[in-house]
Amino acid sequence: MGVTLPILILALPFFMFLLLGIGGVKMSRKVAGILGILGMGTTMTLAYIVAFTYFFSGDPAFILDGVRQQFQVFDVTWLAFTEKLVVKIGFLLDPICAMMLVVITTISFMVHLYSWGYMEGERGFQRYYAFLSLFTFSMLGLVVATNIFQMYIFWELVGVSSFLLIGFFYRLPSAVSASKKAFIVTRFADLGFLLGILTLTYFTDTFNFVDMTSNPMNVLAETGGATFMGASVLTWAMVLIFTGGMGKSAMLPLHIWLPDAMEGPTPVSALIHAATMVVAGVYLVARMFPVYCVVDASMTFVTVVGAITAFYAAVVACTQIDIKRVLAFSTISQIAFMMVSLGVASTGGVGDGHHYTGLGYMAGMFHLFTHAMFKALLFLGAGALIHAVHSNDYTKMGGLRKYMPITHWTFLIGCLAIAGIPPFSGFFSKDEMLAAMFNNNWIWGAWMTMVAGLTAFYMFRLYYLIFWWEENPDYAHHKPHDAPWQMSVPLIFLAAVSCVAGFIPFGELVTWNGAPYHIHLEAPVACTSIIVALAAIALATKMYMKKNDLPTKFKNALPGLWTAAHRRFYWDEIYLFITHKIIFGCISKPIAWFDRHVIDATMDGFAKVTQKVSFAIRGMQSGNVQAYVLWYFFGALALAFITWICLL
Amino acid sequence: MDYSQFGAMLPELIILGIFLIVFLADTFSPENGKKFLTPMTTVLMLLATVAIWIVPSCGEAVFGGMYVDGPACKAMKCVLNVGAWICMLEAAKWVESDVMYYRKGEFYELILVTLFGMYLMISARHFLLFIIGLESASLPIAALVAYNKDKYESHEAAIKYIITAVFSSAILLTGLSFVYAFSGGSLYFSDIAVQITSGEMSGLLIFALTFVLAGIGFKLSLVPMHLWTADVYQGAPTSVTAYLSVVSKGAAAFAFFIIFVQVFGQVYSAAWEWMLYAVIIATITVGNLFAMRQKNMKRFMAFSSVSQAGYIMLGVMAANQLGMASMMFYILVYVVSNLGAFAVIQMIEDRTGLVSMDDYNGLHKTNPYLAVAMTLAMFSLAGIPPFAGFFSKILIFTSVTSHQNSMALYMLVLIALINTIISLYYYLLVVKAMWISADEPKIGAFKSGKCEKVALTVCVLGIVFLGLVSYVYKYFIDSVGAETLLALN
Repeated sequence: MGVTLPILILALPFFMFLLLGIGGVKMSRKVAGILGILGMGTTMTLAYIVAFTYFFSGDPAFILDGVRQQFQVFDVTWLAFTEKLVVKIGFLLDPICAMMLVVITTISFMVHLYSWGYMEGERGFQRYYAFLSLFTFSMLGLVVATNIFQMYIFWELVGVSSFLLIGFFYRLPSAVSASKKAFIVTRFADLGFLLGILTLTYFTDTFNFVDMTSNPMNVLAETGGATFMGASVLTWAMVLIFTGGMGKSAMLPLHIWLPDAMEGPTPVSALIHAATMVVAGVYLVARMFPVYCVVDASMTFVTVVGAITAFYAAVVACTQIDIKRVLAFSTISQIAFMMVSLGVASTGGVGDGHHYTGLGYMAGMFHLFTHAMFKALLFLGAGALIHAVHSNDYTKMGGLRKYMPITHWTFLIGCLAIAGIPPFSGFFSKDEMLAAMFNNNWIWGAWMTMVAGLTAFYMFRLYYLIFWWEENPDYAHHKPHDAPWQMSVPLIFLAAVSCVAGFIPFGELVTWNGAPYHIHLEAPVACTSIIVALAAIALATKMYMKKNDLPTKFKNALPGLWTAAHRRFYWDEIYLFITHKIIFGCISKPIAWFDRHVIDATMDGFAKVTQKVSFAIRGMQSGNVQAYVLWYFFGALALAFITWICLL
Repeated sequence: MDYSQFGAMLPELIILGIFLIVFLADTFSPENGKKFLTPMTTVLMLLATVAIWIVPSCGEAVFGGMYVDGPACKAMKCVLNVGAWICMLEAAKWVESDVMYYRKGEFYELILVTLFGMYLMISARHFLLFIIGLESASLPIAALVAYNKDKYESHEAAIKYIITAVFSSAILLTGLSFVYAFSGGSLYFSDIAVQITSGEMSGLLIFALTFVLAGIGFKLSLVPMHLWTADVYQGAPTSVTAYLSVVSKGAAAFAFFIIFVQVFGQVYSAAWEWMLYAVIIATITVGNLFAMRQKNMKRFMAFSSVSQAGYIMLGVMAANQLGMASMMFYILVYVVSNLGAFAVIQMIEDRTGLVSMDDYNGLHKTNPYLAVAMTLAMFSLAGIPPFAGFFSKILIFTSVTSHQNSMALYMLVLIALINTIISLYYYLLVVKAMWISADEPKIGAFKSGKCEKVALTVCVLGIVFLGLVSYVYKYFIDSVGAETLLALN
């Protein structure tokens, strides 16, 4: 494959960012919108060509003896500080990268199209499209990174574009504080990522992914069994790197920014906070998968964090009122699902008995793909609802199925997919993940099956409360209606994808080592999960289809639990307590005092001395040329004499 | 004599050719033909830069080893040529003014002659040729400094310059006569280098080293040979100040490196390492201390350039190939950053006559593009990432500690770093005046000329991209590595 297409895939969104960012103010909205959509459409086409060439051309560079290869399209030196410290920029093509190219460009294109209708009439329409292009560029750069440093650069760029887009409505104080929160929390997590990178590459002497992952035992050997506080250095490095992933993928306890990020425009939530950026953590673990596998402790860490987060987020999602926050917690829960799936996988191949140990990896990536599609669908559906009702609360909705048929049916498909009902896509990927967990340890399987049940419950709770329950009397004044075509087309497209994506022979395309794996349903697991999901849906139907007082009874039966879940188990309060009371009050204030009265005073003293010296020697610059020459001559003589005395 | 040897002097011949073309066009063209002079010269200079860059050098020593033009020399000449080209572009508006109109040909001719001299300084491998280069790079500058005939300050500056220059030549020649005493009757660099070894340190050698250092250090404005700088920079026409501050300084720095490493390389650690150490610290610090107090922009830039010369000398301190490459890169970045700043100063002085820092208050309201360019230039000079100045500083700091792991050298880098922080203070004063100061802007909005726009664009692009495009630095590394005669310790 030539380098032209890959370079264009990156260059085109960046060019669109510059064009719309700089020239946008001089363009009409229509021109800017059409340019943005066309640019993204072209990028999507190119990405499809690259991905399809990779998967289906049969070129020996891509697939050798049936095993898919990692292929560096290019890898050029960017900054060479020393012989070892060389920063490169490149384009790595392998199964997960090709898959991500498809996911990112598809969702991004849908969001571009959708936004044309959704953002109509908003201030800064052109700026919005510029930021979308910047985000797409950064995300593409992240997934094609050949080395961990390049990934880190784009990782931060993704963070910046997320910050810009969350705070897009910068006149709303809530949006501004949400964007700051997201940026600070993820930046804090990225500190861990950076430390991890430094620790790891200090030993490996290379940033390159292929070098590290093709020979993970080497990496282990190079750390030479060094330990720090009881754990091996490699464990520390991998856990620290995972911290970055925890921040971006909103794992407990760094999840607090994602619900607030819903202050951004809804299409942005669909693109960044559901389908692409938040799975960066999953992608990171998948990218470094062989290295993670050689240190069991780090894999266990991933699994445990994922399992706790998945359950926590699912419980919180059951009690939220804002429909976007329900979806946000659902996203956290589903990403945690993928993390657990990766965590239970290992590189053994068909190892002990008849289980395929790499199944979790394949299933996690499969779920990443299907989840991106149906979660984007759900968010865009939520956007259509908000567009119609002008509120985020389900209390302002109810009975909408008659007024908005397209939104209703596509949303229902999304809910069925996420609940894991066959033949929708979520069923297949979730089934594979649960099978992988049961293979590893039945505890993980049972726990995550419970989470899957909760998922089905809260999604259908949401569905019924929006589309059934009781009609809002306000509809008499303001009749809600389906969205314009720009918004309906993406909904229908994504719904169609969610119906059929489950039948993609994913195991043939994406596995941890490129060797194909034939997916087959594990009947016991599949039956259990279907039964659990149907039971949860039945319960939701009983409680929320028609207006009744069952929900209130439940709520009153467990008041403490309900309030705690509704308040998200007080995580925000805990953070506020830690930051305001402990850090600001007990640590920052004394430091501030010390800074102002000791350090500043010292520095002021230095500054004064500098100024005084500067004043004192001004006489040297008298304007008198004879004096200049004297200084010159005696200066040189003094230099010579001093050297003489010192040397001889 | 083999006249084909002249073929090896391609860069000099190109500059000489341009000089002749400009001279003939200036002398024989009719009155209205003079308006083509500026576009013609600038285009020729651009072509010359490209030609010197593209045509491979033969790299052989010619004229009995007096002259060498290897890949590294070629790269240095390219850097100087770019600087001279930008200076000419910046001066275009000024030389087109009524007072200057009939004398603009001479302006270009003088610049070209000095450039020719600087090329010889770089390529000379014999002290006589070096002195010829040095003098032809020095004397015409006095004429350039006095170019504003109707201004008293311009004359004063020229007198000060010529007196100090003559004095420094005397010092340098004295030093060289001492060197001659060692050389056993030869002034070839290679012959002298064989004779001067660390075994026989003597007072005479120390004086020889000091006087050579002081003689060349004058052009670099190293402390304590820097006192002429401020007065001359302030009095000279701004275009000439710009030229003095970058191109002249760059050429002297290259020559300094070549002479000290090739001729005195053997006594590096025995003698001049510590001499240079002291001079660098004094230069950076004194330059900074004086720059803090200046209100006149040209004086301010003068002291800033004194301090920058100290940083440039860090490359000589490294005294190896990495040092040379970092120094080339530093000077190239310094060329675009400093000339970017001077372009703005020049344009404002030309339109309004204002040169005080206070006059720049609120500049962003009336001339936002100029304010942005000036800000970038200041950031780059101060070494703020991601601009080129940051990379040039970090590379030259790395080179200092590259060849020996000595605590003293780390201390030197630390002192240079502390001075960087001090310099940040006064560079940001300019930025503060332009963006934050609430006063009513004194400088009205004005349009820039075509040449000025080109110059400023080139500078800004350089400031933004030179550091990020690693090709440039790699080109310097490769060119230094390819020059056998620069193979150092």
